[in-house]
Amino acid sequence: MVVFGYHVPKMPSLLVWVVLWEIIGRFELVMLFPPFTQVLASMGEVVTSSSFAEAIRITLLSYVAGIALALVVGIPLGFLMGLVPAADRMLNMWVNTFLSAPLSALVPVFMILFGLGTPTVIVTVFMFAVWIIVLDTRAGVRHITPSLMEMAESFQVGRIERARMMVLSALPEILAGVRLGMVRGVKGVVIGQLLVSIIGVGALFSLYQQNFLMAHFWALVVILFTCALTLAELVARLEKRVQYYAGARN
Amino acid sequence: MQQLAMPTEATHVPTTVVRDPIVEIRGISKIYGSTVTALQDINLKFERGHLTSLLGPSGCGKTTLLKIVAGLLQPTSGQILVNGKPVTGPGRERAFVFQDFALMPWATVLENAAFGLKMQGVARSLREDRARHYIAEVGLSGFEQKYPHELSGGMRQRVGLARALAVNADILLMDEPFSAVDEQTRRKFQEDLMRLREVENKTFLFVTHSIEEAVYVSDRIVMLSPRPGRVSEIIDPQIRADITPDELRRDEAYLDTVERIWTGIKKYVE
Repeated sequence: MVVFGYHVPKMPSLLVWVVLWEIIGRFELVMLFPPFTQVLASMGEVVTSSSFAEAIRITLLSYVAGIALALVVGIPLGFLMGLVPAADRMLNMWVNTFLSAPLSALVPVFMILFGLGTPTVIVTVFMFAVWIIVLDTRAGVRHITPSLMEMAESFQVGRIERARMMVLSALPEILAGVRLGMVRGVKGVVIGQLLVSIIGVGALFSLYQQNFLMAHFWALVVILFTCALTLAELVARLEKRVQYYAGARN
Repeated sequence: MQQLAMPTEATHVPTTVVRDPIVEIRGISKIYGSTVTALQDINLKFERGHLTSLLGPSGCGKTTLLKIVAGLLQPTSGQILVNGKPVTGPGRERAFVFQDFALMPWATVLENAAFGLKMQGVARSLREDRARHYIAEVGLSGFEQKYPHELSGGMRQRVGLARALAVNADILLMDEPFSAVDEQTRRKFQEDLMRLREVENKTFLFVTHSIEEAVYVSDRIVMLSPRPGRVSEIIDPQIRADITPDELRRDEAYLDTVERIWTGIKKYVE
């Protein structure tokens, strides 16, 4: 980042906002914002509480299950759409609709279908994550170099090896989809739990809000944001290594 | 003595002799959809151990014909014989070199070059030895562990060539192999190709749109005319075998042949 011709690293620029937050908190300008130092102090309290451990456990469980389901369904569906034009014509509109639809509105429906518990949250994560994985996989499959498949044919490559080549060829796009899906999945798990509001992080948020523990509330927000960003960064790293070879795709 | 190609009404096809045909094209036609005739009744024979070029303006179906010989495309009618046997698909005796190289970006040069052998079930150590040999043969020693994206276009095509050579096919089918590399690399490549031809004793079928390239490297040039793709002329460039590249570009036979081909091809170029 460059400010008035000076090169400013990203982390210190974050500090500016922290200081601003601290000032607003100290002068009690906005009731919802306790000073940042107070938020940090409550962070220890939040992390060590037993309800937090339980919330994290159930959140992680729903998240991992939802993402796994999205991968298992999304990648094959993307391949189907990329390879079979008829399937693509049938599904493309729906996938795009779900991708841009406000899915939060559907969570109450999931609640009716799946009950006020983890299954609803898993389905919410799935619905948030799966569509972008489908579309990016489809794009990846369509980008497979035709001559590479002809090459496979000319060397009489078997079915399994050919499938492996297709997956590797489409991998850059698939991973981009997975990364975006995982980021959307974090939204899904939080929104799902907030709406269900009796389990996991959602329960904690409700608890803190109802008792007006704003420092605790913000501490939890900061923790969640950090987790989501770290996760996205990890997948991005993996993606970068794959992009590196994909640069040579013709 | 055999007729190489059927004379057509509009063009004159000289009687050419093929003593030992390795590939025979019999009455091949290819129609795309129901209207576009890419190839019409092609009859050709290719001499064993020779380098034959398929030359023609774009749209004359030269790549289509090569892919039919490779078994990658099915003809609408007609038959391909390789070593006297009809072919229905790709086979071990034919190896293809692609215009855009068709390397696996996730695999090293060594893995790419050994790919054909791997698919034939050759054991790892053996196939890697053979791949190394051909990587050296095409002048890429020291690059075995590199990835395609670390190589220039010309070097990538050398990997494609090494992969095709490694499977030890009798026939190398090359689809405009040098069209995606720059001019300097291309010349070097052509010289290397001619040297390889001496060493490897294989039959080459070579698709190109470059007249100079065809005249320089070929024993025989089959000229195709477009819409529909047909054999229009067959030319054997009489270039001395020991000619140096510098002499060549001033050689009279070379210049005459280039001129003759250009005259024949000019009418198809708008």
